[in-house]
Amino acid sequence: MSGSTIKGEFLCVVCPNGCILEAEYEEKGEGGRELIFFAGNRCARGEKWVRQEIEDPMRTISSSILVRGGDFPLASVRTTAPIPLTKVRDVMDEIRKAALDAPLYIGQVVLVNPAGAETNIIVTRGVAALRHR
Amino acid sequence: MGAPEVIERGLAVIGGGPAGLAAAIAAKEAGADVVLIERDRILGGILNQCIHDGFGLHRFGEALSGPEYAGRFIDRQRELGIPVMRNTIVLKLSRDRRLLTSQAGRLTEIRAGAVVLATGCRERPRGALSIPGHRPSGVYTAGAAQSFVNMENIMPGKRVCILGSGDIGLIMARRMTLEGAKVEAVFEIMPWSGGLPRNIRQCLSDYGIPLFLSTTIVGVSGMGRLEGVTAARVDERGQPVKGTERFFPCDTLLLSVGLIPENELAREAGIALDPLTGGALADENCMTDAEGIFSCGNALHVHDLADMASEEAERAGRCAAAYVSGGPLSPGGPSVEIRPGLNVRYVVPGRVSLPGASRGRDGVALAFRVTAPRREAVVRITGGDVTVREERYPRLHPAEMVWTRLRGEDLGGLEKRVRALEVNVL
Repeated sequence: MSGSTIKGEFLCVVCPNGCILEAEYEEKGEGGRELIFFAGNRCARGEKWVRQEIEDPMRTISSSILVRGGDFPLASVRTTAPIPLTKVRDVMDEIRKAALDAPLYIGQVVLVNPAGAETNIIVTRGVAALRHR
Repeated sequence: MGAPEVIERGLAVIGGGPAGLAAAIAAKEAGADVVLIERDRILGGILNQCIHDGFGLHRFGEALSGPEYAGRFIDRQRELGIPVMRNTIVLKLSRDRRLLTSQAGRLTEIRAGAVVLATGCRERPRGALSIPGHRPSGVYTAGAAQSFVNMENIMPGKRVCILGSGDIGLIMARRMTLEGAKVEAVFEIMPWSGGLPRNIRQCLSDYGIPLFLSTTIVGVSGMGRLEGVTAARVDERGQPVKGTERFFPCDTLLLSVGLIPENELAREAGIALDPLTGGALADENCMTDAEGIFSCGNALHVHDLADMASEEAERAGRCAAAYVSGGPLSPGGPSVEIRPGLNVRYVVPGRVSLPGASRGRDGVALAFRVTAPRREAVVRITGGDVTVREERYPRLHPAEMVWTRLRGEDLGGLEKRVRALEVNVL
């Protein structure tokens, strides 16, 4: 079964040239895609970039995690490595389920390989524990 | 309330965000007696709510989140033992560098040898936009929504439209989507996006959020809570085109329609402002027209990158420290005005001393923005009939500030009668 062919414009963000690439790709089902045509890049990095963008885009994500007993209700967190765009939802679900006790420190690892993704989730804004009076 | 306590300081830095932290650190490292004044209970300013990554790429070679980026500077501030007045607001600043501050009603007058204004910027509010329609709840600036979601754990709504494609609006489109809201559309009145290209891709395209260019909101509906907005295409003059209206149901409207440098203190002190940037008119040392009062970061002009705001602020901090110690800021001598020419919206600084530009290898930094996107652009800096510098750029965009430098060698051929340089984009 052959999928549908989709055309699109991709602005390369690798360098300040900002080449606009025209690309065509095929949807292979189950989120799979295959690059079948591209033009407009001035260098090989553009090809590598557009292939990755179409066939397996990788993204970092940032979010917040609930904190118990902190002077802020949330600590901000992020991935330590890019993850496949297709996994973003699953990783977000793991982050949303978690709740941690203050204090939390910048750089503290709070989740390891969430949803099987090859990344850790670290705290990016520390939260002090509420002082008891 | 009694008479304010009076204290004397070498340098007072107003604002503890990316610019103020960098200015205070640079000044302290240069030997100045610095106090940092912050309105909030924590340092870091707006970086605290900017939890997305991409900060520090220039400076640290890493993609940090806003709070991590601030954290690096806060660590250094602690190392250096720079005193901070937290929960403290500056009520008044005078040209002779007296600051009246209030900390929970406790007044202090600071007599400072120099002052650095690092007060950041504000979002353009709805009132400045004259959108017709009712005044239901559910309309927020993008930055206010960012604070609710990232600091307070409050979701402003479930079904969202965004007016303006500035970076904060784009980032909030993704953020609200990840937190389970449905973002229906982003509307941009200009024919190009106001945000960085990578944010269009990673914040909108990734999640299938449509961006409607040359489109604005012509109506807001709902009596208690927002029920929807009416969008319409606009013509070349930005006027809505009849018959193109379309209704988008939503309970939340975020406004991301520009940032304005915060300069109430400067204005009251009678410091000259540049109507094009909304910031103070400053020279290459970031000094305003008030002796010993400096301005940097988003208070001077709105930056795209915190890294560049920090770099500019370090210059302001160093120069302020030099001013306090009585050292010469510039070798003196003639100065020229720097003006935006063809296709340039603004240039900073507005004035450069010629000997200052000739000093050192690096000369002085100029920052400017183009009025419209351009490919294969030529940047030509002219003084009278003479081209002092020409550079080529593959691509320029209004959302991306251009940094260039003016060096002594550029100015050699300049005639003495020339009082102004113009930055043109062709």
